[in-house]
Amino acid sequence: MENHMLSIIVSIFIGVLSRAYMMKIDHRQYPSYPQGFLSHITLGLIAASLGAVAIPALSAKEFGAVTFLSLAAQQFRDVRNMERQSLDNIEPTELVPRGTAYIEDIAKAFEARNYMVMLTSLLTSLSMNVARFLRANKEIQVIIGFVIGFLVMSILKRFLTRQLIEEIAEVRPAKISFDGPLLMVNDVIIMNIGLKASRKIYEERGIAVEIIPKNPSASSTLSNIGQRQAIQHQAATQLGIRKDIDEPDFTPLARRNPHNGNLVMALIAMEPNVELLVNVVNKTPVLETCKRKPRGKYLKE
Amino acid sequence: MDLGIKENIIALVSLNRNITSASVPIFFVDNEEKQEETALLIAKITMGMVHDLRNGVYAIVKH
Repeated sequence: MENHMLSIIVSIFIGVLSRAYMMKIDHRQYPSYPQGFLSHITLGLIAASLGAVAIPALSAKEFGAVTFLSLAAQQFRDVRNMERQSLDNIEPTELVPRGTAYIEDIAKAFEARNYMVMLTSLLTSLSMNVARFLRANKEIQVIIGFVIGFLVMSILKRFLTRQLIEEIAEVRPAKISFDGPLLMVNDVIIMNIGLKASRKIYEERGIAVEIIPKNPSASSTLSNIGQRQAIQHQAATQLGIRKDIDEPDFTPLARRNPHNGNLVMALIAMEPNVELLVNVVNKTPVLETCKRKPRGKYLKE
Repeated sequence: MDLGIKENIIALVSLNRNITSASVPIFFVDNEEKQEETALLIAKITMGMVHDLRNGVYAIVKH
């Protein structure tokens, strides 16, 4: 086992590094800092150690040790459950809910990232052990480990990066108007607002966007209610929503134009800056579970 | 878990006295200002939303 110590340490290090690399504490404020951050780094450490000891265990003819990998898979399914539950629990406290599709997507991403860590450290340890087998000296082993580790890390990162709305659709500022009590954005009816005071606020401070899908697949992806809910949630949390629980009039709703599949959304934000809204919608992730690729006649039209 | 009545008309606020209903309470008012005010007050109490039915009737709906 002495001979394997080097490869184990380097693989664990690379594995934790890859988890940190995938940990984005960005505008979405998820995972939360500092507690969520710490628990995910720690889980990453566990995943990395599992990946790192697999090859040494095999070469020491400890085949039983490999069954621990299946234990690990179970463990990371629990990560997914943990994320889902915690997001589900805070869902009723959100003024504009994330929606179940978005929650599922986040939970899945966290599970996948742990597998990524395990794969990275597994391949790092494999490459180092192969180098050792070919009688390379220790410095060369470490260098090979780092090179392979970073390579796997960047390939998996590219593989796991989600599409953004801007890749499948064009987002443009839109015009809010009223037909009697009906709130309309670019002539698509959004909802019926009875109170004149609320209508006045929409006219004065409302901002709106139109999301124009680039192709039929994008159009049916955007039609998904979970995807729309994610857009609404992003817009409301990033721009700050001017709404309280007793004011359903100001709930942002993304509605679909049934004739061409465009989405429109109006929002009363704390900061009525339409450029910012366009930017936020552009940067919303396309949810994996909402992606659609229709075939046949519909696609040809 | 959030249990409660949803997607339901809670009350009507009407300028038109000929409106009748067997299940929904109707609040009769005399002018448009009063109608706005009553509708707003009921909406705030019930966390509902006010919709204009364009026939002199406001419906308060819980979404």
